[in-house]
Amino acid sequence: MNTENYISKYCQIENNTVFVNGEKLFELKDVGFSEFIKNAYKEFEIEYPKFFKMDNLSKLAFVTSEIILKDVCEKDQENDIAIVFANQSSSLDTDVKYQNSIQDKENYFPSPAVFVYTLPNICVGEISIKHQLKSENAFFVFENFNTKFITNYANQLIKSRKAESVLCGWVEFYQEKYKSFVYLVSKDGLLFHNEKNINTLYNK
Amino acid sequence: MESLKVELKAKIIEVLNLEDISVEDINDNDPLFGEGLGLDSIDALELIVLLDKNYGIKLTDPKDGKAIFQSVETMAAFIAANRKK
Repeated sequence: MNTENYISKYCQIENNTVFVNGEKLFELKDVGFSEFIKNAYKEFEIEYPKFFKMDNLSKLAFVTSEIILKDVCEKDQENDIAIVFANQSSSLDTDVKYQNSIQDKENYFPSPAVFVYTLPNICVGEISIKHQLKSENAFFVFENFNTKFITNYANQLIKSRKAESVLCGWVEFYQEKYKSFVYLVSKDGLLFHNEKNINTLYNK
Repeated sequence: MESLKVELKAKIIEVLNLEDISVEDINDNDPLFGEGLGLDSIDALELIVLLDKNYGIKLTDPKDGKAIFQSVETMAAFIAANRKK
């Protein structure tokens, strides 16, 4: 029995550029993140109106994941894919926006739509809802991308048959600085799922 | 009343981030929830904030929202009768 796992597809978004399996597929320079990610959403023909209501972290995580999952997930049925994400700034970008909305007692109008995104794992929920994923999910906050931890976690999920595949990645967003790197770990794929390969792809 | 309805439609689009929907796309009697604009429970809370922020109307019982938020027509009628600013 083959116990080796593979990286079957990976996607990176940073500096207003989208790379899929290492190939640059979309770029839109000289615009802010909101404009860039909206255009990336359209470029990859993603259709999900709730996208426009998401905060920036969820938009980043959603588009990066969607580019991977749209050809993998079966529509209208449960997909056995776990999600393990991490970042450095948690949901701080949205936390600050929410705090600003309640800072002034004379102009106190907290937004429920902003408040619901004041947790980092909400982005995992958005992806799970879209693809009916009811498998295990986790969101960790680390100083840096912890390759060893995420690799072991993904391998253990597959080994213990908690999931057939695991969507792993780093989705960081704070005050317009962002980087996402998401990859799907499964029994077949392009590259062996090991720390060396992941570090190489992450640092490209 | 007509200008209030147009203003309300624009505010709903802005506050609820209804991408690709314009004022002209919303009919006065379209249901806001369910098959109409397809709004959800968080959107309902945002509409309560919209009433407070823009028109000084505080909904003390969220259950009242069901009748008020049926359509732009019902919202505008409620605002016209209860607005404080």
